[in-house]
Amino acid sequence: MYVAVKGGEKAIDEAHQFLAEKRRGETRIEALSAEQISQQLGLGVDRVMTEGSLYDRELAALALKQAMGDSVEAIFLLRAYRTTLPRFGTSTPIETDAMRVERRISATYKDVPGGQALGPTFDYTHRLLDFALLAEGESKLTHHDSSTQSVESKLADNAESSVNDEAYQRVSNFLRQEALLKEQFKLSGKAVDITREPLKYPCPRDGRLQTLARADEGFLIALAYSTQRGYGRTHPFAGEIRMGYVEVNLFIEELGFDLCLGEICVTECDMINQFAGNEQEPPQFTSGYGVSFGFCERKTMAMALVDRSLQAEELGEVVDTPAAQAEFVLSHCDNVEASGFVSHLKLPHYVDFQSELALVRKMREEFFDSKEREGQVTSNDTDLENSLTEQTGASRA
Amino acid sequence: MKKPILEENAVLSVQSCQKLYGINRGCQDINFDLYPGEVLGIVGESGSGKSTLLNCLSGNNQPDHGAIIYRDSVGMAQDIYEMNEARRRLLMRSEFGIVKQNPKDGLRMRVSAGANIGERLMAVGDRHYGDIRTKAGDWLTQVEMPKDRLDDMPFEFSGGMQQRLQIARVLVTRPRLVLMDEPTGGLDVSVQAKLLDLIRSLVSELNLSVIMVTHDLAVARLLCDRLLVMQQSRVIEQGLTDQVLDDPQHPYTQLLVSSVLTP
Amino acid sequence: MPNQSEYNFAYLDEQSKRTIRRGLLKAVAIPGHQVPFAGREMPMPYGWGTGGVQVTASILGADDCLKVIDQGSDDTTNAVSIRRFFDKTALVETTTDTEAATVIQTRHRIPEQPLTNNQILVFQVPIPEPLRFIEPSESETMKMHALEEYGVMHVKLYEDIAHHGHIATTYAYPVHVNGRYVMDPSPIPKFDNPKMHMSDALLLFGAGREKRLYAIPPYTDVKSLDFDDHPFEIQQWDQSCALCGCEHSFLDEVIVNDEGERMFVCSDSHFCQQRVNAKLNMSEAVEV
Repeated sequence: MYVAVKGGEKAIDEAHQFLAEKRRGETRIEALSAEQISQQLGLGVDRVMTEGSLYDRELAALALKQAMGDSVEAIFLLRAYRTTLPRFGTSTPIETDAMRVERRISATYKDVPGGQALGPTFDYTHRLLDFALLAEGESKLTHHDSSTQSVESKLADNAESSVNDEAYQRVSNFLRQEALLKEQFKLSGKAVDITREPLKYPCPRDGRLQTLARADEGFLIALAYSTQRGYGRTHPFAGEIRMGYVEVNLFIEELGFDLCLGEICVTECDMINQFAGNEQEPPQFTSGYGVSFGFCERKTMAMALVDRSLQAEELGEVVDTPAAQAEFVLSHCDNVEASGFVSHLKLPHYVDFQSELALVRKMREEFFDSKEREGQVTSNDTDLENSLTEQTGASRA
Repeated sequence: MKKPILEENAVLSVQSCQKLYGINRGCQDINFDLYPGEVLGIVGESGSGKSTLLNCLSGNNQPDHGAIIYRDSVGMAQDIYEMNEARRRLLMRSEFGIVKQNPKDGLRMRVSAGANIGERLMAVGDRHYGDIRTKAGDWLTQVEMPKDRLDDMPFEFSGGMQQRLQIARVLVTRPRLVLMDEPTGGLDVSVQAKLLDLIRSLVSELNLSVIMVTHDLAVARLLCDRLLVMQQSRVIEQGLTDQVLDDPQHPYTQLLVSSVLTP
Repeated sequence: MPNQSEYNFAYLDEQSKRTIRRGLLKAVAIPGHQVPFAGREMPMPYGWGTGGVQVTASILGADDCLKVIDQGSDDTTNAVSIRRFFDKTALVETTTDTEAATVIQTRHRIPEQPLTNNQILVFQVPIPEPLRFIEPSESETMKMHALEEYGVMHVKLYEDIAHHGHIATTYAYPVHVNGRYVMDPSPIPKFDNPKMHMSDALLLFGAGREKRLYAIPPYTDVKSLDFDDHPFEIQQWDQSCALCGCEHSFLDEVIVNDEGERMFVCSDSHFCQQRVNAKLNMSEAVEV
């Protein structure tokens, strides 16, 4: 007879064991190290760091390994770890103007002081599978004999020789010099910290940018795309995209000066958009901003587009597209929240379902009762019954 | 707070109201009083600022300058943007009524006609299902709809019926001031005529004060006692309906009147 | 689970827990009002009880005794998982005994056995906003609460009666707390709603993803929304529990074979077990 649904503990243990085996795969294949993941699946690690909002390549690589390559799961792991970390200080804002640039491009000018630097980009590669990589060999592209120096070490040399150490001027500054770019964002007082205070609506731009920075890349790309296809009119231009290394500094009260803690790699994007002006203000450009840990260029571009869309209200524009609705975008863009709530449907819901079941039964009963009173259902049912007997009779024949 | 000045008999007074989105976009220098039982028409082409003005009057859009003073049912005169939001919103769902041009914007399309009419009653505290239902049924009759459609969904109704339903939904709490935005726009001419008839009889029966935005001078002539003509955010002419339509003074009004085919 | 010494007592750091307790104090002071708090990421997914877990984590003391139920049962996987979590991170005593517990974390049920005034019931809440499905905007719902604009809640109930002759909301049935705030009691069946009225125990609600806390302090008036002429009613069954014979508990329907034969048993597994045990003891006593 009825066996109470017990044994949850045992089932969980077994499932975890099963998972561990699945994760490892066949043991005859060598296990991946976190180091290998960090080195060779670096962009995956970058995404996990960005959306996990913790800059730690090793832990992000570990999260990816533990999550069997599932980035959303890895992001979740890193976030859950991050939440337990004590906070011993807040760095001074990173100075991306002083970035040691590996990539810097602008689509708004043919050339800019400092030049266009393509850096390690997939752009202009032909998306052809490189079967040399499959044969466990190295691609021709990466193969260099000892006489040629790798690009990376060349760059590093340049950095050290500090001959062209002049920082790359920010492209948007050229517009600022002409007062063509609207100054939109003046932070008054301390920036909000979305990990320490809940988001409130209407949400100021600092809170929006923080939320977007850890938002799901896919969600942002879809929203950004929608603004380009007609669900928004922001006329964007990629003013500048830059990727490279910046110093992280901490102001030490006791010492009275900033201390450099090290360098991190970041990508940032300034999107330039048109603004028609209004009663008080002349026509000018506005901008959207995107930033990420590591090299998440696509994400930063999408973020910049969405950031600009979300300024609609402040700029007195009509808020009539999904990407411009702050509550819609900000409340649904976090993939740890979203995936958690979607997946919670796997949890038992049988108490509520039981209530619904009883209700549907009751309502059906009432439905048939009332039909019966009208004298409909009996005849219909007989018809149905007759036709069924006919069918089965026919097949028997 | 300044003491609001409101002429003794007026129910509403708009004083130097301005809300601009750009140069001459929106509305500015708007001044008028509205008296009980009066139907005031605001006419003008699209983009002239009619809807902006109506939004200011309906508590949804605070003017940049000026005052909108309302005398409530107990005789107190107050600027609707000076009172606190709770009070303003309560007024909007009790003493004010707003009829939207598109009934879909003024109705809950996914709940029955009865619930649509009953909502405002429940919002002001009615908690007896039977009473709410009886009142909703009565109002359906008032707007000349069959009572047995009380449980039907708005999307099952024709456009004209939806508009009647919206009017019933608004009038059920007996508002003193009704704002209408092109209430007969988008309807067939024959349907329009019947609806106008209904509105006219309801207005006189319930002694409603109405402000109606329309671009249709025929509608204005039929329903309105007085007209404001708007062009490029300003009122360029105002007066009794017959006077404005039969003897327009401003060149723009003359153009407007002459462009309508006289029957 | 990583080495537990790497984590603080009950996982969260003391500062975070203090923040949550401050929120809870405010929630208790304004019964039924949703207090925003900075929900932390927890090592279980959002929607799986992170709100309840954070509340439990911040109120647990070393001498507390914790019970965790899901659907009324101590043995469902999620209940087991959460109980283990605290077992490992807080080293507190855990129990399945409703009476012995000082803190009970629950999803979707209130235990059948009346709670006492030295117990706290912690609810896991997926969507704290009772107005959410009528009004999707947060700024708007906050205004509606502030201004007590709750008329629209009755529109849904009106529709139910108009179409079905009775109210057809069966769980997450909205309540009016202390005559002021309309509150979502989380997806408990409406069967449990009356247990919140003048409850001896403190009821705390945590919504992790939505970052809201709310509370019903002991001895608070809690009224389920209804009409004067269509009063609130709870579910009733024709059957009694097939195991313990109880006639007044919430029953789960269990399909016992491929033919679709069914039986009904108490959803509160500990309550049922106790009754079965009591019966056995009685019959033994009679035999002796």
